[in-house]
Amino acid sequence: MLRYVLRRLLEAIPVMLVIITGTFFMQRFVPGGPFTAEKAVTPEVQRNLEAYYHLNDPLWKQYVDYLWDLTPKRFHPLALTDGLDLKEAFGIDFRPSFKYPNRTVNEIIADKLPVSLELGMISLGVALVIGLPLGILAAVRRNSWIDYICSSVAMTGICVPTFVLGPVLVLGFAIHLGWFNASGWYGPIDRVLPSLTLGSVYAAYIARLTRGGFLEVLNQDFIRTARAKGASESRVIFRHALRGGLLPVVSFLGPAVAGILTGSFVIETIFQIPGLGREFVNSAFNRDYTLILGTVILYAGFIIVLNLVVDVVQVWMNPKLKFE
Amino acid sequence: MNTVEATPPAPAPMAPATPTEVEAGHSLWAGAWHRLRQNRLAVFGGITVIVLALLCAIGPVFAQSYEDQNLDLGAVGPRAAHWLGTDTLGRDLFARLLYGGRISLMVGLVATFVALVIGVSYGAIAGYAGGKIDAAMMRIVDILYALPFTIFVILLMVFFGRNIFLLFFAIGAVEWLTMARIVRGQVLSIKRMEYIEAARALGFGRRRIIFRHVIPNVLGPIIVYTTLTIPSVMLLEAFLSFLGLGVQPPMSSWGALIKDGADKMEEFWWLLVFPGGIFSLTLFSLNFLGDGLRDALDVRSSKD
Repeated sequence: MLRYVLRRLLEAIPVMLVIITGTFFMQRFVPGGPFTAEKAVTPEVQRNLEAYYHLNDPLWKQYVDYLWDLTPKRFHPLALTDGLDLKEAFGIDFRPSFKYPNRTVNEIIADKLPVSLELGMISLGVALVIGLPLGILAAVRRNSWIDYICSSVAMTGICVPTFVLGPVLVLGFAIHLGWFNASGWYGPIDRVLPSLTLGSVYAAYIARLTRGGFLEVLNQDFIRTARAKGASESRVIFRHALRGGLLPVVSFLGPAVAGILTGSFVIETIFQIPGLGREFVNSAFNRDYTLILGTVILYAGFIIVLNLVVDVVQVWMNPKLKFE
Repeated sequence: MNTVEATPPAPAPMAPATPTEVEAGHSLWAGAWHRLRQNRLAVFGGITVIVLALLCAIGPVFAQSYEDQNLDLGAVGPRAAHWLGTDTLGRDLFARLLYGGRISLMVGLVATFVALVIGVSYGAIAGYAGGKIDAAMMRIVDILYALPFTIFVILLMVFFGRNIFLLFFAIGAVEWLTMARIVRGQVLSIKRMEYIEAARALGFGRRRIIFRHVIPNVLGPIIVYTTLTIPSVMLLEAFLSFLGLGVQPPMSSWGALIKDGADKMEEFWWLLVFPGGIFSLTLFSLNFLGDGLRDALDVRSSKD
């Protein structure tokens, strides 16, 4: 298994290089730059700015320097607990931001990432807590009205996009009923509507996948054997069917995590949450070169690592698969 | 190749409507059509999609112009003159929905077509070539699967401006991966079927085998998956429009109308509820139709 993980991590290096290179050169070769929208600055200021950000160096040199700054140079993961600084922990330096003077991209990430992580984790939790029971219930009571209700709820969750559901929830529960704040990210109560909105689509997919997975497992011989031996219905479901029934859900978690990450762009915009997703969209509009690259690299790294974790869990759960 | 993949298993070889299921003398397509008509939700979805598409296509001829402003009127709720109310500039919401639907549906169709062309050719080449070429090509797809593509579409749209043709291409370029996988799996398994061997033994040419025997058997999954790609493409377009990266005003899509409605919902609820409702209804219908087609054509889904 260790060999497998190592190989996958090695494979990730060229992928990350392609992502970094592509983003780096794409943003340089298109018209417009971080300073074009600003009020006209004196040539002297312009020169100082360009010198500060090394924009006068040849492009290849900027690129190579940047890559070097990104290369991990040390390994102190424990330093992450103290302020989430990637420079302290791994020696990864994302450089100063172009739009927030005096702030480095490392600081911005350390500041905003925890918010997005919290939102994402609560949403994933919501998706599992709603989706799994719905799916299991629908499978166990197949083709009954319970099944139809669960399946329709799931289809609704898939077809009502987050950017419709979010505003509608705000309209109903925050503006009309006054139960929640319409926006903001202060107390625990502010977590409710955003995570419900972001989690709903994934709850729906998880419910469908769980239903399908359980239906397949419940038809198999070992389940019949368990029933024949007199195992109770709940024992059959939770002892015997659970592992196989959850397999499709586990393989869906990789794409789901990627989707929750990008989904947070819209959620953070709707609910005015100070997270990294909103920061990324703004940085793209602002042409904040270093912040764009920093967030893209971070998101790509996240997705690659989480996919690896999901793959390992999958093999661990499914004896038919092997590490290769 | 590694056997561990984060993605759903490749679709099982499509059982081309086993004879026991289809009444004697009926072709694959007649049997599928018969089964599709039995599925009420799929029929409902299909009819809704057709009605909506027709409304959007010819409706604007009769409705008021989507650009006509009436600043004195401002935003008013649903009433006889304006069935679904007006926006803050006094523009008729119903007319704007019809025009927005044109853009949304067009993006759905064109971008899906782009995805279809890329995905089918890529998958078919990989499946035909087999061996090392296939392994390498599918490894690339595996890697691309794990990438945050929405992020790149956002960057593309920001950097190159909100160009509708770029939108088609960017979305299409993102959505082809699953199609490639499905087609490749199909071609790979069909290549080994006995009836292909039989056709070869009968001395049929390669072209005849491809067009008469392989393609018709891959068509089912392609049709099903195309139907299911359209809603996800429309969703991505609306997602971009919501972030302000879709089509340019005064042109509008359903996503842009939803964004507009979400901004103003505190005072003018109808601006959010109607666009959101019609967009969700469309996604519903397309998904039901796609699911129905999948059952009717007996395609094992790779999505769930």
